[in-house]
Amino acid sequence: MSGQTVSLVMAGSGGAGVVTAGSLLLEAAARAGWYAYMTRSAGPQIRGGEAAVMLRLGTEPIASHDDRFHLLVGVDWQNVGRFAAEIPLGPDSLIIGDPGEGETPEVFTRSGAQQIALPMKALAKKVPDGRPNMVAFGAIAAMIGLTEDIVAGVLRDTLKRKGEEAIAASLAAFRAGVEAAADFPDVPRLPAGKPDTAERWSITGNEATGMGALRGGVRFVAAYPITPATEVLEWLAPALPKVGGVLVQAEDELASINQIIGGSYGGVPSLTATSGPGLALMTESLGLAVAAEVPIVVIDVMRVGPSTGIATKSEQADLNVAVYGLHGDAPHLVLAPNSVADCLFTTQWAVHLAESLQTPAIVLTDQAMGQARAVMPRSAAVSFIGQREKPAALEAGVQYKRYANTASGVSPMAIPGMAGGMYTADGLEHNETGTPSSQASDHQAQLDKRLRKLTGYNYGEHWADITGDEDADTAILTWGSSAGPAREALQRLRAAGHRVKLVAVRLISPVQPEKFAAALEGVERVLVVEQSHSGQFHRYLRAQYDLPRQVRALHHPGPLPVRPGAIVEHITQWS
Amino acid sequence: MDACVKQRDYTAKDYKSDVKPIWCPGCGDYSVLAAITRALASMQLAPENVAVVSGIGCSSRIPAYTSVYGFHGVHGRALPVATGLKIARPDLTVLVTGGDGDGFSIGGNHFLHACRRNVDLTYIVMDNQVYGMTKGQASPTTEPDWEGSKLTPDGAGIESFHPLVVALAAGANFIARCSSSDPNNVADIITQAIRHPGFSLVQVLSPCVTFRPEQQEWKHMVRTAVVDVTDDAARAARRLMTDDGFNVGKVLYKGDRPAYQPEPKGAAAVADLEADFAL
Repeated sequence: MSGQTVSLVMAGSGGAGVVTAGSLLLEAAARAGWYAYMTRSAGPQIRGGEAAVMLRLGTEPIASHDDRFHLLVGVDWQNVGRFAAEIPLGPDSLIIGDPGEGETPEVFTRSGAQQIALPMKALAKKVPDGRPNMVAFGAIAAMIGLTEDIVAGVLRDTLKRKGEEAIAASLAAFRAGVEAAADFPDVPRLPAGKPDTAERWSITGNEATGMGALRGGVRFVAAYPITPATEVLEWLAPALPKVGGVLVQAEDELASINQIIGGSYGGVPSLTATSGPGLALMTESLGLAVAAEVPIVVIDVMRVGPSTGIATKSEQADLNVAVYGLHGDAPHLVLAPNSVADCLFTTQWAVHLAESLQTPAIVLTDQAMGQARAVMPRSAAVSFIGQREKPAALEAGVQYKRYANTASGVSPMAIPGMAGGMYTADGLEHNETGTPSSQASDHQAQLDKRLRKLTGYNYGEHWADITGDEDADTAILTWGSSAGPAREALQRLRAAGHRVKLVAVRLISPVQPEKFAAALEGVERVLVVEQSHSGQFHRYLRAQYDLPRQVRALHHPGPLPVRPGAIVEHITQWS
Repeated sequence: MDACVKQRDYTAKDYKSDVKPIWCPGCGDYSVLAAITRALASMQLAPENVAVVSGIGCSSRIPAYTSVYGFHGVHGRALPVATGLKIARPDLTVLVTGGDGDGFSIGGNHFLHACRRNVDLTYIVMDNQVYGMTKGQASPTTEPDWEGSKLTPDGAGIESFHPLVVALAAGANFIARCSSSDPNNVADIITQAIRHPGFSLVQVLSPCVTFRPEQQEWKHMVRTAVVDVTDDAARAARRLMTDDGFNVGKVLYKGDRPAYQPEPKGAAAVADLEADFAL
């Protein structure tokens, strides 16, 4: 993060309105010309419980949280202490609490942060229908330099349906917060933004994933709800019909994946979205899609595992099941976006690759990235649209070979309705026409073909995002949402004079050994960064690639994110 | 094809592939295959506009033996594949073929939801009350005291599953039973099932003479149902609950619930949706 940023947390019990206030704050910051990145943390409760929104606002696009927060505002402290590990504070931080809501939890005060009292509840009571979260919003706005005219505009737009009184009440409570914060100590105040420089979007990772699917040409979706993937589906449910597609809620994950296999067999690019437990259920049918050569896309918004793990928290630990979970030799695509913005590009690319190569693609995003909201530059349109090779001409009396052993490995795929193209798609091993076969030669030929179409394809330069010094002696290797903090660490390290580069791998499988070797040319040592307990990515790289002699791994399980400072510290101490 | 000018007349042979079935001599599934091709010929459906979807098992091999579009997937998941295909491609005629184990055991949940979802599919279950492909184990429809399996040498010991009763309770609107010993009747019932809008269940008693040789007697045990088709679910339930499973040759229940077919609402460009995100 090259520009100036401010990081803050609003926390409270369920119903205290911290998510609402956080969203308003993000919207107002965006209108002020700033960029933003907001993640949520929630307990396991369906309603109520505790919640926190973590926001980072800045003058440049943001893809990661900072090492520490400048400001923690507790609308109340009920159970908020459970999030303490996710809210690192320091002596420079400020904690704002309501004296009427009890003592600040010791887990926060032991950071040495300065404490300020703000009677949010009492101030809210002085205003008809005033709410403490709006008082908190006012205090924060005043401290970071957000002006009332912008906030008023946001309130007017978002509370339109609730009427003038609701707008007035919110604004009055907001003003009470602004006034109360007049003599509060400083947190970084952001310089005035540049609202007109570029068209910007406010979008979550899960929404970006849905948008990428539509841009890629997906028009049929079947899925079963699961946290934290459900928002992908909730965005697609009304969006798909508008562009001529259909979404079906299936009875379970087994039905979901088989429905999309059916839809895609029928010629319509198809997708499902799930999380780890659902992906585990789908693995048998992923193998079916490999064998029958049916293109499908499965979005896995990873959460903490194993089993049902922690549904509301993030981890990058489904890499093993995504790459190795299928039985038999079943080459397929595994991709991973490396930011909220990249969810759009990578999903669109995944649809394109699945269609081009007639095989399943798994896209690994995660809870932190999927549910994060970013204010970011408008995503540029790219030309990847799902393109399936179709038979050129089907002649009567000539046997159509659905699984023809072509040089590229990709066989032209007839779709129902095409006269002369009738064949049976089969999960059983088969010969070139699709007839089940138990012959060794057919098995060998089809295995070779299914591998060849993946390894022989030119994926261009999209296999990884590579940034930093060309003549780096040190490389950071990472993937997925860990790329955000790694990118920020890279900037700090380079600013401190290190020659370092970052390789954020987008195409996890199939591997790209030549491109990987070229990217690491001259690099003497690598640090592998990820959010898993066993270092799944590190082990995968070790198994699949030649690495420099000096390799270290920085990995820990979810839900705590990788922080930029931890990466910087690791490399600095290694020097 | 021009609706007025018939390009050609299809015969049953036009729907049959030249792949030789793996079935045992005497298997009832041969005549079900013949009935399917006869039904398609009687309706003169263009083969390229028909798809047959199946899971795993002896009867699930049927797609390879037809020359329409086929999909032979994994165990128990034929109905979801067919559901996705039909919803994505409502212009196609979609048949689903399978056995009692595939449909009522591993695929049980999908069976319930296919009945209730009522997508326009024709589901033909060849019921032989045994797992044939894995060499003779008890299936959901096997009698509790059948001792022919090494896996359950003292008999399965649990009540057999009643697919038609369950289908009725789950919301199926077309329920029929027939016997492979009368392929013309099977073809007629399948034709009616295809014409029925929405989900149709056709149970065909189809003996496995290899693992249940006593089922050769079925052809003498079946009797043409003496009832007429009813649209009264309560009456159908009483009838199905009390019959012995050998009343065949008839549609036993037919309702008129509309088929489920979600329709895309618009033709907007994807770029139009970007407004959702723009600040």
